[in-house]
Amino acid sequence: MAPEQEVPPPAIVLAGLRRDFGERAALDGVGVELASGETLVVLGPNGAGKTTLLRILATLLRPSGGEVTVLGCALPREAWKLRGQIGYLGHEPLLYRDLSGRENLRFHARLHGIAGDEAEARIAELLAAAGMERRGDDRVAELSAGMRQRLAICRCVLHRPSLLLLDEPDSNLDAEGRELAHGLIGPGAGLTRVVVTHDPERFLPEADQVLRLGVGERAAVA
Amino acid sequence: MTPSRTAFAAILAKDLRAELRTLQSLPAMAIFAVTTFVIFRFGLDRTQLSGDLASGVLWATLLFAAVLGINRLFVAEREEGGFDAIRLAPIDRSALFAAKATALVIYLLALELVAVPVFALFFLDSAEALGPLVAVLLLADLGLAATGTLISSMAVNSRARDLLVPLILLPLVVPLMIAATGATDPLLAVGGPGYGRFGTWLMVLGLYDLIFVLLGYAVFDFLLED
Repeated sequence: MAPEQEVPPPAIVLAGLRRDFGERAALDGVGVELASGETLVVLGPNGAGKTTLLRILATLLRPSGGEVTVLGCALPREAWKLRGQIGYLGHEPLLYRDLSGRENLRFHARLHGIAGDEAEARIAELLAAAGMERRGDDRVAELSAGMRQRLAICRCVLHRPSLLLLDEPDSNLDAEGRELAHGLIGPGAGLTRVVVTHDPERFLPEADQVLRLGVGERAAVA
Repeated sequence: MTPSRTAFAAILAKDLRAELRTLQSLPAMAIFAVTTFVIFRFGLDRTQLSGDLASGVLWATLLFAAVLGINRLFVAEREEGGFDAIRLAPIDRSALFAAKATALVIYLLALELVAVPVFALFFLDSAEALGPLVAVLLLADLGLAATGTLISSMAVNSRARDLLVPLILLPLVVPLMIAATGATDPLLAVGGPGYGRFGTWLMVLGLYDLIFVLLGYAVFDFLLED
């Protein structure tokens, strides 16, 4: 009899997830199970709770109810175990405007315990991969929105996370930028990904599962 | 987990680099203090101050100048996503409190490097008191930095933070100011520095520092939660 193949635990399990802001429910009854290495694409109109969902998965918001388990950590109780394993790309690039791109990445590297030559090599590698070698020493305030997004993508993957949480990852990117970003945060990276998008045509081909959120409606998983 | 000292050093270095590059807080604090001394000089129509009046003028000016820096302490974290970046990192969040309070102590020391000599030039006959005054300044700065960091982190998410910081901070630092002026008063007495109750007031300052540093460490993690 052939030995049973061990099934890896799911990367994300949501059951009856609810998040309220005052009396308004931003999320109500969201349920998903996503296997490791899979991509979940989240669709929905403005105000449907897509960003809220991403922030809960990133440990930046507490759920109001339901069960949330990410990479084996039950949230919010075990959020501290999860930090450092997540690459989060939100609406804001999380970059200081008065520091250069390289200084920003160095700062984030140190927060994630990467220092010295290892940090410098990783930063140089990412700036090259994002087509930012020549602009890496410019202050973030002097960069265009597209350049900031490229830098934010570098920040997002700098510490080699296991899970990528991407909110409109193509925002402000030109065709070249999208292609370069694809190399860093696309399915080829082999990471578990949750992608929030208003561009289903672009991301549905990469999806293993699709979660449709509607205003005031329960979520539907396809 | 990233060691706390690494996170502390990274955040402190980032803050000092950004301030040196933009000079958003320090020049405003120094100009405010010097301008206030000029106003006191002409408003009181005195070329020499001593005792409790001198002490009150010095500490009231330093306190209100400090409020300018405290107001801006977390603005970059709020407006440029620094809070999220720090909350996503595998660090003890009290490192942020320690780094911000240390940055504020450095700003206050830089402010005093400008303001105290100007105060002495405008209002004192001799610089004899400035030596022992350093101990009072250091202890008061630590207390002001711990309290200011705590209040600034609470107020920064409000649109009315410029109002909230002084409204919450000033009542909390009343004991600190009583102790600082109490310790400074005999140092600026007519006829040279005296040391009556100087040690007692320093101990009160030290106790205040201890309470607010411990309080900051205890509650700061909670303040960063959503």
